[in-house]
Amino acid sequence: MTAGDPILSLRGIRKSYGPAEVLHGVDLDIHAGEVVALLGENGAGKSTLSGIIAGSIDPSAGKMTWQGAPYAPANPREAIDRGVGLIHQELRLLPHLSIAENVYVGRYPTKFGCIDRARMVADATEQLERLGLTIPATRQVQGLSTANQQLIEIAKALALNAKLLILDEPTASLGGAEVELLFRQVEKLRAEGVGIVYISHRLEEIRRIADRIVVLRDGEKVREFEKGDVEVRAIVESMVGRSLERMFPEMPVPRDDITLSVENLSSPRGDFNDVSFEVRKGEIFGIAGLVGAGRTELVRAITGADPIASGRVLMNGEEITPRHPADAISHGIALVPEDRKDQGLILKHSIAENIGYCNKEAVTRGGFMLAGRLRAFTDRNIERFGVKGRGAQNADEMSGGNQQKVVLAKWLARDPEVVVMDEPTRGIDVGARSSIYEIIRDLARDGRSVVVVSSDLEEVLGVSHRILVMAQGRQAGILDRREANDVSVMELATT
Amino acid sequence: MRSLVEMFSLKGATGPLIGLVLLCLFLTFATDSFFSIRNFLNILDQITVLGIMAVGMTFVILIGGIDLSVGSVMALAMMVLGYLNVEAGMSMPAAILLALVAAALTGIIAGILITEFNVPAFIATLAMMSVARGLANMITNGSQVIGFPPWFNMAAIIRYGGYLTMTVAVMLIVFALALLYQRYRYGGRTLYAIGGNPEVARLAGINVKRTTVLVYMTCSLLAGLAGILLAARLDAVQPSSGVAYELDAIAAVVIGGTSLSGGTGGVGGTIIGVLIIGVLRNGLNLLGVSPFLQQVIIGLVIVLAVAAETLKTRRT
Repeated sequence: MTAGDPILSLRGIRKSYGPAEVLHGVDLDIHAGEVVALLGENGAGKSTLSGIIAGSIDPSAGKMTWQGAPYAPANPREAIDRGVGLIHQELRLLPHLSIAENVYVGRYPTKFGCIDRARMVADATEQLERLGLTIPATRQVQGLSTANQQLIEIAKALALNAKLLILDEPTASLGGAEVELLFRQVEKLRAEGVGIVYISHRLEEIRRIADRIVVLRDGEKVREFEKGDVEVRAIVESMVGRSLERMFPEMPVPRDDITLSVENLSSPRGDFNDVSFEVRKGEIFGIAGLVGAGRTELVRAITGADPIASGRVLMNGEEITPRHPADAISHGIALVPEDRKDQGLILKHSIAENIGYCNKEAVTRGGFMLAGRLRAFTDRNIERFGVKGRGAQNADEMSGGNQQKVVLAKWLARDPEVVVMDEPTRGIDVGARSSIYEIIRDLARDGRSVVVVSSDLEEVLGVSHRILVMAQGRQAGILDRREANDVSVMELATT
Repeated sequence: MRSLVEMFSLKGATGPLIGLVLLCLFLTFATDSFFSIRNFLNILDQITVLGIMAVGMTFVILIGGIDLSVGSVMALAMMVLGYLNVEAGMSMPAAILLALVAAALTGIIAGILITEFNVPAFIATLAMMSVARGLANMITNGSQVIGFPPWFNMAAIIRYGGYLTMTVAVMLIVFALALLYQRYRYGGRTLYAIGGNPEVARLAGINVKRTTVLVYMTCSLLAGLAGILLAARLDAVQPSSGVAYELDAIAAVVIGGTSLSGGTGGVGGTIIGVLIIGVLRNGLNLLGVSPFLQQVIIGLVIVLAVAAETLKTRRT
């Protein structure tokens, strides 16, 4: 399969964001007519690498060669013109236009300065036939199945004479039959000599479709398997490996009494189903899983931010199933949300205001804002959570780590019994991380229950007493600290 | 001084304030009659309707919304007042109260359309603009109503203590209450949170939907109040009153430095915006500028105010 020169070669590709390097010199070859699986944990560098190939990200260093000639696309358009197509996980079709229009949007064939509709439809039909699709090209995209939409994205890339396709999690939202349909088309394209980079978390699929497997970890290529049919365990082991040692503080021993219990909780849209667990006082309960496993949706539902279809949430044995965030807050559950900038803080407002919004009781009397109280309250909590800044400062003038501490201060100032943190250390530097781990430990020591959702496996393993692993909305299992390690968690997460 | 500035919440409105001062200085030297107590009192009389409406509009825009219906809602309140008092013979206080209730109802309906049925604010209030105008016309089949009790008109004419008409006093009370509410009430601060980011506000346990409905209700209520003051000034009501007033109110809010995307600005800036429009109209009249050219100039001032603010934020 890998005979001849590669169509695309990467040599020593590096990428830095500021001082942080996320890709450390990756080499990669793709040949015509092969499917190369690109694997790695969340944050391993897969998306960065595919972005670089597709021209949406500029590499900081390194060389690329495309069909023997130097290749350095300045933007996605240039990459597309050269024959590289990236198909995103989230589809980017225009739902109200026809299939043909979607395939040729931006480059409609013209005749006498007008769009040549007949030719457009004929050409689009040809592309659809190539993929084995029998849908008329004049049909509106809206209402097509996800798999068919995915194939139309592929048709769009093929219409541009793509010789290399990057498929980013193409099966993430597909059912079994649809996956089969997609696989048949991928095999067909491979037979036609198209090179395919296939990114997926579903390892069983990889075994079936891939000719070669490349594993990334922490921005480095750590392993290459020369065949696709490799034991899942071997792949997982190379994916998790051992990365940089990080310091986690000693975690205190949990007490016996249960604070939060979740019983058979399901979401109305099926993001998670039938999840049950209990968290004790002083316990740190981790929730692990891959992107799209339903972790965020689960904790948002528990804290009243998202609707619940069925099941119950109890606090100290009393049912409190929240319908609004205010319900959860009043029962002592606080959510430190995933997206600091969009859900945690109002960036253009001051720290004092941000902290004040959810601590009405502390900063008002009879509904009146008390400027003195607000100032004292803010100063006290800035001090308590080690925020480097003043109350009057706007949130957008601070570093990510400091912003995160403000979000923590905002919620922890209430002294909630249960603290739910979604990705508490995402995008912040190492120093700020360890102070956040210390805050988590202090909370547990004071007898609070802490729920930590994280995509960073090492973090979940490092701080949690027990870990709930989710896979595609299911509760795949709960592991005790003693039995949990990266391999056991990843095995559950990829089932 | 610092606390005084803070009280009027001039953050982002210092530019308009400087503009207002410069405008006044220019008119003082360019005309003989501008700089006098008498003329200032005239200006205050002229801005009562716009001022009160703009306060409600400020709250709506602060939460990231827009209300296009205020001009029509004002006309509706005026016609309800005229019908109940003159045609149905109801006492004035009762008629005023019911006119305000009618106005507030339109705001509640618009608010519910926006929060419960997810109709965009622009569309919901555009629809309400049409409905309220139609209802105002239906009450008297399009004709005006005259014959209010004499004291009603006097409230807009007699200068109590030599300075304040009743209508100006009402406007000043509305200004003061709005400033205090926005600055010192928790509810006022939550408006900034909702406008800044409704999801953050919701996660903080703020009832975003209820607050939104109340804000639209308040805006319509103030439009109704403005209508009653206008009725007093004109001593008559007609269903065609207040056409395009919503645009003046939005202009005053924007000139005053409140961002149309919500979350920043406030009533302090809006008062300055209202004064700029009032002083400009008054001064241009004194200078003998034609009303058509006045419209052009006011348009330019809106652009200037917003562009200056944008440039300032970009530089910092």
